[in-house]
Amino acid sequence: MRITLKVWRQKNAATPGRMVDYRLDDVSEDMSFLEMLDVLNESLIAAGEEPVAFDHDCREGICGMCGVMIDGVAHGPEMTTTCQLHMRSFSDGDTITVEPWRADPFPVIKDLVVNRGAFDRIIAAGGYISANTGAAPDAHAMPVPKADADRAFEAAACISCGACVAACPNGSAMLFTAAKVTHLGSLPQGQPERDDRVVNMLHQHDVEGFGGCTNIGECTAVCPVGIPLDTISQLNFDLRHALGRGH
Amino acid sequence: MTEQLVAGLYREGAPVRDTKAPAGPIESRWSKRRFDARLVNPANRRKLSVIIVGTGLAGASAGATLGEAGYRVKSFCYQDSPRRAHSIAAQGGINAAKNYRNDNDSTYRLFYDTVKGGDFRARESNVYRLAEVSANIIDQCVAQGVPFAREYGGLLDNRSFGGVQVSRTFYARGQTGQQLLIGAYQALERQVAAGTVEMFTRHEMLELVVVDGRARGVIVRDMVTGEIETHLADAVVLATGGYGNVFFLSTNAMGSNTTAIWRAHRKGALFGNPCFTQIHPTCIPVSGAHQSKLTLMSESLRNDGRIWVPKAGGDTRHPREIPEAERDYYLERIYPAFGNLVPRDIASRAAKNVCDEGRGVGPEVEGVRRGVYLDFADAIKRLGLEAVRSKYGNLFDMYQRITGENPYEVPMRIYPAVHYTMGGLWVDYDLQSTIPGLFVTGEANFSDHGANRLGASALMQGLADGYFVLPNTINDYLADGPFATVGEDHPAVAEAAANVQSRVQTFLGLQGSRSVDSFHKELGQIMWEYCGMERTEEGLRTAVEKIRALRDQFWTDVRVLGEAEELNQSLEKAGRVADFFELAELMCIDALHRRESCGGHFRAESQTEDGEALRHDDEFAYVAAWEWGGMVGAPPVLHKENLVYEHVEMKQRSYK
Repeated sequence: MRITLKVWRQKNAATPGRMVDYRLDDVSEDMSFLEMLDVLNESLIAAGEEPVAFDHDCREGICGMCGVMIDGVAHGPEMTTTCQLHMRSFSDGDTITVEPWRADPFPVIKDLVVNRGAFDRIIAAGGYISANTGAAPDAHAMPVPKADADRAFEAAACISCGACVAACPNGSAMLFTAAKVTHLGSLPQGQPERDDRVVNMLHQHDVEGFGGCTNIGECTAVCPVGIPLDTISQLNFDLRHALGRGH
Repeated sequence: MTEQLVAGLYREGAPVRDTKAPAGPIESRWSKRRFDARLVNPANRRKLSVIIVGTGLAGASAGATLGEAGYRVKSFCYQDSPRRAHSIAAQGGINAAKNYRNDNDSTYRLFYDTVKGGDFRARESNVYRLAEVSANIIDQCVAQGVPFAREYGGLLDNRSFGGVQVSRTFYARGQTGQQLLIGAYQALERQVAAGTVEMFTRHEMLELVVVDGRARGVIVRDMVTGEIETHLADAVVLATGGYGNVFFLSTNAMGSNTTAIWRAHRKGALFGNPCFTQIHPTCIPVSGAHQSKLTLMSESLRNDGRIWVPKAGGDTRHPREIPEAERDYYLERIYPAFGNLVPRDIASRAAKNVCDEGRGVGPEVEGVRRGVYLDFADAIKRLGLEAVRSKYGNLFDMYQRITGENPYEVPMRIYPAVHYTMGGLWVDYDLQSTIPGLFVTGEANFSDHGANRLGASALMQGLADGYFVLPNTINDYLADGPFATVGEDHPAVAEAAANVQSRVQTFLGLQGSRSVDSFHKELGQIMWEYCGMERTEEGLRTAVEKIRALRDQFWTDVRVLGEAEELNQSLEKAGRVADFFELAELMCIDALHRRESCGGHFRAESQTEDGEALRHDDEFAYVAAWEWGGMVGAPPVLHKENLVYEHVEMKQRSYK
């Protein structure tokens, strides 16, 4: 396949970026999108030009580290991570635009690499159950109804890639935050801190500069692991409940 | 130490004597060690600091636990968030001797299975402890909110895994590693918020600081600004995972590397059993020269899928056009008792053999078809399409996404791939390396799996080390504190930092013609060819020569563009590949000296009449712990830790 790429190149956060065109003549449909970028980089290095920086690690769709806008869509045309997108999803002769996630709380570090540290700070604000090591009761001491466990799992599947933020016109991280609130709030172990959790995580979400949620739903349209939109309803429910109790 | 070189490649030194494992009944060794270990009172803990490198299951759990205990912890990872460590990719599950199934499981049985599965090359005391704390791990994770699979009664579900005869594997769909890691990561972030843990993301450890014989810190590079930073502490923990990426193609994350443990090895830490590599039998085969990564298909597929190749070589008909009589279900034929469920090492080698015979399937890559069919046609006929879909649907979807083929209609193609390294830095029972104050946990150490790792045991070891073992042994070392203050101007610190600076400048100054990746791929091909699934004396000697020649070329002809003071991914890779070159040579020497087959190490010269691995317990029942030879290419020194089996009788494994 012959592919023309328009790639965002930006030396660092302080330098303005620009789109640069590259042509690849020998792309195989078996390549993943990131392997196609590897091939591009090999040709750039051979030509003495700095390779394109992009984030990636596990390359099997679970670590959440990769992620770019492809033709304006987070992770590209398939509902999957960028590492699991394959070139067979494109056609010979296509021109493909590749850009970094765009959101104020995700500043560009270089080329396609952005800083998603804000997600860690939202988790640190309360996205956990306070259980010190060594004194846990037997795992069977507290049964969990299967429906609750399944609901918790569904939300816990979030890989923190940031596609939801990149896709949202408001730059909101509500789906990410709601997934964690729903995961832990669905389990009996998560109840004692449930009110504090939603208030504190949402506070941090706003401090980081993420926008509010206006139920547009772009986040779920691009989420590679299918986190459901109703987690956000759950978050709103929990928030109202917590505020009603004076938190 | 021997004056003469052995086999022209290494010297032999004094045996390893003290492993610190307590004597006495195996059931009470761990409690005895815990009682004997000195304590640090809570008020003094905040005066002591620990550096932890790596935030996978072993590193994040240790960081969280030591932070809770009140130590001052600095935690480092090269990823953009500690939650991305490669533990996240483990699919199948985590073992624990809970006996929730009433199927006669016990601590002793998990211990027994693990020692046997490791082909009698692991230390009994360590393995027993692993089995002993396994049950606590499940309790801890459930308390944190890890959403394990549950039954309708609300209790935890279990499944059977990796050939064992009891159901002791806890799981969270096909994402067990991800859920366990998120639990540990959240516990770590809780300590970050509490101020006991300071987190450094996008930082890579490039050197260990050793002062007066003790590990006192690390030199790291801030991968965003390029700044070389010095961090000092009272103890250092390496939890940096395995080194399977020496083969370039593997199931490891692209960034997984050996630098942290290799730099420690060069500073005096012994390296245990470097050649022990686990090859996993069910990966999606390589599709072309562009390939960067191999993806695992969960081993659970072998419960229902049947593995076969055409009986005749060069049969390129569509698999559905090959009649039953012309198919060879070779695992069922050779191992009728275990069939498709034989352990990983056996299944992997059998697949290699049929492909070497020219009976492989799929596209030809470099002249050979490397793939065998994993066929669900019978399962679909027996269980129905919907039942198969509900059991394995997500895996089938993933396969289709990667290969473009529909596994409901065409059999999957699989082939073995490098997965896990049982070797790593040598540690004693306290998880301390041969450098005082340097502890090593999880896959980065050599300890608990012997020559082969059973399924669902890696997660168990990572969390056992991080939540329960290290936090109860490191006290004994830290009780020696307060330690003498070391300043950044100390000559040993300054020298370590200067070494890192000069390496960076060397890479950028070389201005050669070849990319780092091209060297890495070539090194990987050498390793896979000669130090992969099957090794021979002659092949390994060839490999050592080729590695040395390629390494020389690397240091004169590698091209690293860009600058030091910025995000520079080529520069990061160059440092890692440079260390892989040195490790690769040691792996080959280790494989060469071990003239026996065991677990993941198959020496062609040592096999039974019907082609099975043949151990030589009289000669090789030891851990090979290697000492750095002093400079690149200098002969390393072999120290042996003899292994004694008091509880499990050493027998040849048989699966027929």
